Amino acid sequence: MRFLFKTDYEDDIKLFPHSGYIFSYGLLLALLLIAPYVLSSYLMSQVVFVCIYATVGVGLLILTGFTGQASLGHAAFLAIGAYTAAYLQQFNVPFPVYFLAAGLLTGVVGALVGFPALRLQGIYLVIATISFAFIVEEILARWESVTHGNEGMRVKTLYFLGAAVPRDGPTFYYLCLAVLVLTIVGSLNLLRSPTGRAFVAIRESETAARSMGINVSLYKVKSFAISAAITGFAGVLFAHKLSFISPEMFTLQLSIEFIIVILIGGTFSLHGAVLGAIFLVMIDPFLTYLKDDMPGVIAGLAATLGAGQERAAHIQDAVAAFASANGLKGAIYGIIIVLFVLFEPLGLYGRWLKIKLFFELFPLYKHATFKRQKIYVKSERNR
Amino acid sequence: MLDFVQQLVSGIALGCVYGLIALGFVLVYKATEVVNFAQGDLMMLGGFFAFTFIGMLGLNYWIGFAGAVAAMALFGMLAERLVVRPILGYPQFSIIMATIGLGYFLRSVAGIIWGTDDFKIETPFSQGVLRIGSLVLAYDKLSVIAATIILCALLYLFFNRTTLGTAMRASSENMLAAYYMGIPVKRVVSIVWAISAAVATCAGVLLAPITFIHSNVGLVLGLKAFPAAVLGGFGSIPGAVVGGVLIGVIESMAGFYLPQGWKDVAPYIVLLAVLLLKPEGLFGLHVRKKV
Repeated sequence: MRFLFKTDYEDDIKLFPHSGYIFSYGLLLALLLIAPYVLSSYLMSQVVFVCIYATVGVGLLILTGFTGQASLGHAAFLAIGAYTAAYLQQFNVPFPVYFLAAGLLTGVVGALVGFPALRLQGIYLVIATISFAFIVEEILARWESVTHGNEGMRVKTLYFLGAAVPRDGPTFYYLCLAVLVLTIVGSLNLLRSPTGRAFVAIRESETAARSMGINVSLYKVKSFAISAAITGFAGVLFAHKLSFISPEMFTLQLSIEFIIVILIGGTFSLHGAVLGAIFLVMIDPFLTYLKDDMPGVIAGLAATLGAGQERAAHIQDAVAAFASANGLKGAIYGIIIVLFVLFEPLGLYGRWLKIKLFFELFPLYKHATFKRQKIYVKSERNR
Repeated sequence: MLDFVQQLVSGIALGCVYGLIALGFVLVYKATEVVNFAQGDLMMLGGFFAFTFIGMLGLNYWIGFAGAVAAMALFGMLAERLVVRPILGYPQFSIIMATIGLGYFLRSVAGIIWGTDDFKIETPFSQGVLRIGSLVLAYDKLSVIAATIILCALLYLFFNRTTLGTAMRASSENMLAAYYMGIPVKRVVSIVWAISAAVATCAGVLLAPITFIHSNVGLVLGLKAFPAAVLGGFGSIPGAVVGGVLIGVIESMAGFYLPQGWKDVAPYIVLLAVLLLKPEGLFGLHVRKKV
């Protein structure tokens, strides 16, 4: 176990508290850089989605995790980013320009949403952001001169610095990775700045924050704008990756997926966004595996356990029928959400911290270290 | 004018369904401060139970209806026991996520069990119309309105005249204080969930002749019930129904008089307007902020 001897106030907010961090993140980055030469193209495509979802997750974490303002409308911000890119691309606007324009526009929309959201709290904010997302979805479907309505829009290949960046190639992956890394580093810097401290103060107690001299309204709007802008950047990459966008892609379902990302990853640290994105995106290949291989595996298992040939074939069919049922993915999502809320509210990153602490303190680990307090008296109605 | 009345009645009928779902939200919210995002899905499940009893087993409509309500009341208690009780007292966001997860699960499982087709229940109200002059009113719509009125009256009497109802109101004010006064808060919360699921089932069964039952109906209608609950003031029982009726009428009128597309967004625009101008809703209490 390493003990850090702090000699300066600055030590508390260092990006890398000690050299071990530089080594492990450097190693991770190196592995990510050689990934396209190792992994199959299908897995690479999933990894690109992980990058995009993680970027959105970081944006959502700034708003929901650090400022404490829940949002179930982030699919709308993603849609605005994606549609801005698709629209501007028609006029041969270069990538860096429309990338920044998408972020800027989404940020402005985010700020506009932030103003009415100032008066809302908790459940009302959730409902208001859902409504906002519905209205945006309907506008996308009806404003046909710009968005082509329900027909959707094609997104052409991305050109960056004069070279084509095909959506399946390693260059596109590097682009997404770069956006993700820059977003994370930027957010980390934001969170250790006075602005980020103000966000956390607002999350903990608005009244306390206000009495410390924090302009709560200003910082809430800032948080909305920053979160939306990051999501808008991700939207541009999302549009390019899918190469076709239509309004029905940006439904409440997608907003819920983003919330699942941070909920499963852990809402108290940026690690959560990445871990959650990995979990959510990789569930698809896992389900495909379940569908294709599990029936055979289970039947084989049954056969070795002494079930007859006919019986084993029967089991195989039954499992196959179950695994290819239409709603299985939704049911698994549902169970995962409930189980995480019930048993691992700190998410995957919380679990990692617990395991780490367990080995660091080995015989002395206390279960109660991470226990949350239950509050029955404080009513959120009377806040 | 005739069109207007026609639209008004169908709007009120639709609004009553929103009101019934919103009523479920409000009951649970009042008692536990939990917002149940799976309320619409409980309604959907209730509809499917009734379909199983009436359509597949061939029971009498009323017996099937009662069976579905009883089954769903049990299911509501089960859901409360398994999903909500362990996390009561944690931040509201966790609970919202848990109910969203529950809704997801119910939707998908209903899709797996009953398939994704539309189903229809044969009810005594399916056919036939009431004619008043040249005004034509379908029985199925009138049945929804009548049932809503009856349910509201029953719930009103229950909450204001019975001991259990009073206990529920007490535990909704302050769970801890109610517990100290000897009210079995856990059991009370269980019963609230049972009532809320039963009310949702009534909505589902009554709705069956108007819009068919399918596994996604809960999501669509459940989300429309939010504007209703907010308009009425979250936490007010008459508010939920009045809000529901208003939203139903607004939606119906927007569909008739405004260009296409407005019908679906009108409730949400109303919702945002209410949240901005009068966040406590029509019947809600304005509570002063305490530190």
